Amino acid sequence: MSDGPDVAIVGVGESDLGMTDKIATELQVQAAMRAIEDAGLSLRDVDGVATNGSGTFPASSLSEELGLTPAWIDDTSAGGASWLMFIADAVAAIHTGACTTVLLAYGSNQRSGRTRSLGGTQFVRNDPPAAFEVPFAPLVPLSPYALAATRHMHEFGTTSEQLAEVAVSAREWALKNPAAFRYGDGPLTIDEVLTSPIVSSPLHTRDCCLVTDGGGAVVLTSADRARSLRKPPVSILGYGGCVDHAWGIAATPDLVRTGAWNSARRAYAMAGLGPADIDVVQLYDSFTITVLLTLEALQFCEPGEAGPFVADGRTRPGGAFPLNTSGGGLSYCHPGQFGVFLVIEAVRQLRGESADRQILGAEVALCHGTGGILSQHATTILGRPR
Amino acid sequence: MSLVADMWWEATRDLRLLVQRCEQCGHRQHHPRSLCTHCGSTDVGWVDAAGAGQLFSFTVVCRSASSHFDAPYVLALVDLDEGVRMLTHIVDADPDTLRCDHPVRVRWVRHPDDADQERPRHLPCFAIKEQ
Repeated sequence: MSDGPDVAIVGVGESDLGMTDKIATELQVQAAMRAIEDAGLSLRDVDGVATNGSGTFPASSLSEELGLTPAWIDDTSAGGASWLMFIADAVAAIHTGACTTVLLAYGSNQRSGRTRSLGGTQFVRNDPPAAFEVPFAPLVPLSPYALAATRHMHEFGTTSEQLAEVAVSAREWALKNPAAFRYGDGPLTIDEVLTSPIVSSPLHTRDCCLVTDGGGAVVLTSADRARSLRKPPVSILGYGGCVDHAWGIAATPDLVRTGAWNSARRAYAMAGLGPADIDVVQLYDSFTITVLLTLEALQFCEPGEAGPFVADGRTRPGGAFPLNTSGGGLSYCHPGQFGVFLVIEAVRQLRGESADRQILGAEVALCHGTGGILSQHATTILGRPR
Repeated sequence: MSLVADMWWEATRDLRLLVQRCEQCGHRQHHPRSLCTHCGSTDVGWVDAAGAGQLFSFTVVCRSASSHFDAPYVLALVDLDEGVRMLTHIVDADPDTLRCDHPVRVRWVRHPDDADQERPRHLPCFAIKEQ
């Protein structure tokens, strides 16, 4: 892809966020139409559709709702990693001519619908490991991440204060993003994180992402067509994926060295770039520990060093390492499957549209999506229009 | 529940902790499956675990996910000496004193969801082994 990307991201959009009293499909459609409008395209231009998250036929159902008869669909089910995987799939589909213009659109009303609890158990299904793990009553998805945090602390001396810094930094960015759920809430302090209730030790409520309503959408088309559209096209420079388990907590190959190591290595190789070439980073921050594990996997710091790496405030606005500039799942929005929002913010940064939180001169952005319980990983590197 | 899962839980009625072993390559795995994930053989059998291992990681769950357990309880990953990792509970421990890599020993706890009075299934929980 790096030698001549022939597919580009041309449109992005969010739906209403927070507490909306809309149903999931309404949010999904709203985001979709905003992304199509952002691209300067019309609904009739879309002949490829990707989504997941609801119902038996997620992409078919969205197509039906939009009145589309797509040539290509994708409903890969890999949680928050899906949306980075969709981009790779869409690149291949457009490149091979299976379709010309792909819409990715997500929507969920999990806050107003009260359908989600991060400390719940609904994600444990009847998969084989469940027979051996459900009797011990883990909170899913929270407890597996908490187990990773305990082990990371043991091996590397990581502290609760360092974990808390991830949430504090996310809040600082959210205060600059009017769309963020916590926009008007003022700063968060390390002490507020540490004194919030522990749900599954060592993780507190403030170590956990939000549960909100919301939808997000992305439109891709050929680089040729992109040149005549409304917004400057964003290039897809590299991609890598890795799935190393599903819902088995004991089946996780390595709690502190996640599959993100493999997905990142593949993405860097495809892009011909390394960690030092990345200007702005968007990582799935389901929990504060997720960010530390992913920073190490992406080789922004040495293994085990992510705690001290973030502790000096370098990820906050004005710091040397701008991270999750939207406010992330911790403070901007988290309707589940946050991966699509990573792409939306990366594209806005590369276009120079991020207003008060804009990283000046951002030319290369990295997005990393994590699905399940550190199960699925996808890394995508995007480049500024040239 | 799969056939191998049934066999594994049935053994807990006799306080036997089974680990699946490949009869072809010797690989051991948990959870039990219909094939060996190392060599692909479907010739898989069992060994009895001795019940000793190490605490790999743990988390004190402060909001119970089950009507069978009152919070807080200690959810843990234990590495058995037989070379497999399993999800379990640490019982009879002060959470403040727990450390990863501590030696642990199986402590059978009656399965809270088994009506069989004579031979109930058991949960293989673990307790910290005194040094």
